[in-house]
Amino acid sequence: MEYKIIFKDYSKALKKNKLLGLKCNDCGTVTCPPMMVCQNCAGTNQEIVELKGDGKVVTFTTSFINSEGRENEMPITIVMVELDEGPWIMGNLVDMDPTKVTMDVIGKTVKLGHRVFPGDKYSAGEMARPVFSISN
Amino acid sequence: MRKVAVLGGGHNKFCFNSPKTSVEMLSEVAMDAIIESNLKPKDIQAINVGNVLGDFAEGQGMVQSFFANDIGCFNVPASRFEGACASGSMALRDAVMWVASGYYDIVLVGGVERATAMGTALATRTFAMFGDGHYEFPAGFTFPAAFALLAHLYSDRYGIPLERLKEQMAAVSVQSHEYGMKNPNAQIHKEISKEDVLKSFMVTTPIQLHDACPFSDGAAVVILASEEAAKKLTDKPVYITGIGQASSGKLSSQFQYLPRLRARELASQQAYSMAGLTPKDIDICELHDCFSIASLIAAEGLGFFEFGTAGEAWERGETRLGGKIPINMSGGLKSKGHPIGATGVSQAYELTRQLRGQMADQGRQVDGAKHALMDTLGGDGVLVSVIFAAE
Repeated sequence: MEYKIIFKDYSKALKKNKLLGLKCNDCGTVTCPPMMVCQNCAGTNQEIVELKGDGKVVTFTTSFINSEGRENEMPITIVMVELDEGPWIMGNLVDMDPTKVTMDVIGKTVKLGHRVFPGDKYSAGEMARPVFSISN
Repeated sequence: MRKVAVLGGGHNKFCFNSPKTSVEMLSEVAMDAIIESNLKPKDIQAINVGNVLGDFAEGQGMVQSFFANDIGCFNVPASRFEGACASGSMALRDAVMWVASGYYDIVLVGGVERATAMGTALATRTFAMFGDGHYEFPAGFTFPAAFALLAHLYSDRYGIPLERLKEQMAAVSVQSHEYGMKNPNAQIHKEISKEDVLKSFMVTTPIQLHDACPFSDGAAVVILASEEAAKKLTDKPVYITGIGQASSGKLSSQFQYLPRLRARELASQQAYSMAGLTPKDIDICELHDCFSIASLIAAEGLGFFEFGTAGEAWERGETRLGGKIPINMSGGLKSKGHPIGATGVSQAYELTRQLRGQMADQGRQVDGAKHALMDTLGGDGVLVSVIFAAE
């Protein structure tokens, strides 16, 4: 059985600020990031949907350390966002000084964008990642 | 299924910058374990080894086979288990099933890691490989960051102001260092205060240096045997009466349960059910305190405290020697060290000795302990629970 959305296609769409997920025709759950099956009922009767890219911050951290080769990205704020359609995804918070991000950011509504991680010697090429800005 | 006993064990002093190779570290503690178990290398029928990053750390894969040969277990089947920080525990659980099934009577379980040879930057990169490499690593995912995300979520979900939670987290680290001082095998022998924790380097908010375990080198071994074989070899068999293991996906896919880790709850329920015990029956626990916040989440998930209350329990001393449930009398990953392939085997070594009453000289014996629980977390993806019982 083939994936409906493979990472390469997810990443390619994200580079156009399109966030792809899968909606289950049996239980209605939206799965994002995409998987082979519905993350709720494990069914395969799913269709590709484009998510709005709106959500709210559920948790965050500002990192002052990172992996080999990514030191110049520090400090960086990582967030988990609960999308309006239900699932959570991980990304970065941008348009805000990372060192100023506090617990107050939890619950703030955010809007999706993207940046591209160019990959490192342990990655199989570049990968787009979600980034979020606080929406007004 | 047959009863499975732990015979002897071996454990080196966990450290930074070991001058010994992984094969050498593992071979030394394995020989100690074989001698303590009144065995010869030829008596070992199979070998399970937890090792994670030998390839990156020293360009050495397949340590299990080279190690088996080095200790004279010539041509003995040897398998490597890789489940990040729970690798040794997976090796242990699998060995229990081999002995319980009757296929083997005596199996050696080892674990080894030489992570500090990589240096911090590469070690951080390789450890991040145990999170999702495509959907989460690009955002800057590291393991400190994963537990930092959980810490802020924990504060928000349970309504504990962050400053208050930080004090509770500091209490965990202070306790671990206190008991680590008493463990001759611990990597870090240093008492620390709450103030030391709160003024240490900020790694990733709210996790500071003293909320995190170190990178470590080290090895540990335990030898398992059938009840029949054990009774001929030792006067003090300790039995493994419950095992459990569960998997989970990438961090974001666990959103319905976070900051709880569902896989831990399932794995420990399997072990409790198999042993016919509940959390109240456990006299001592070694749990996976890779970060101070991880200890709180673990102690709650294992059923020792209500959700959102473990930090208060640490502050009240309920996790100390003589408390409601003594936790990490070894010093835990924080002070004892965390050579990831060896960690689960080290926990098993520690609890076996506690149940035999052999820790009195070190001033950290839980008197009369009958039932012990170990808990190990590997990456985003695996949780293992094992219950031990004194005869």
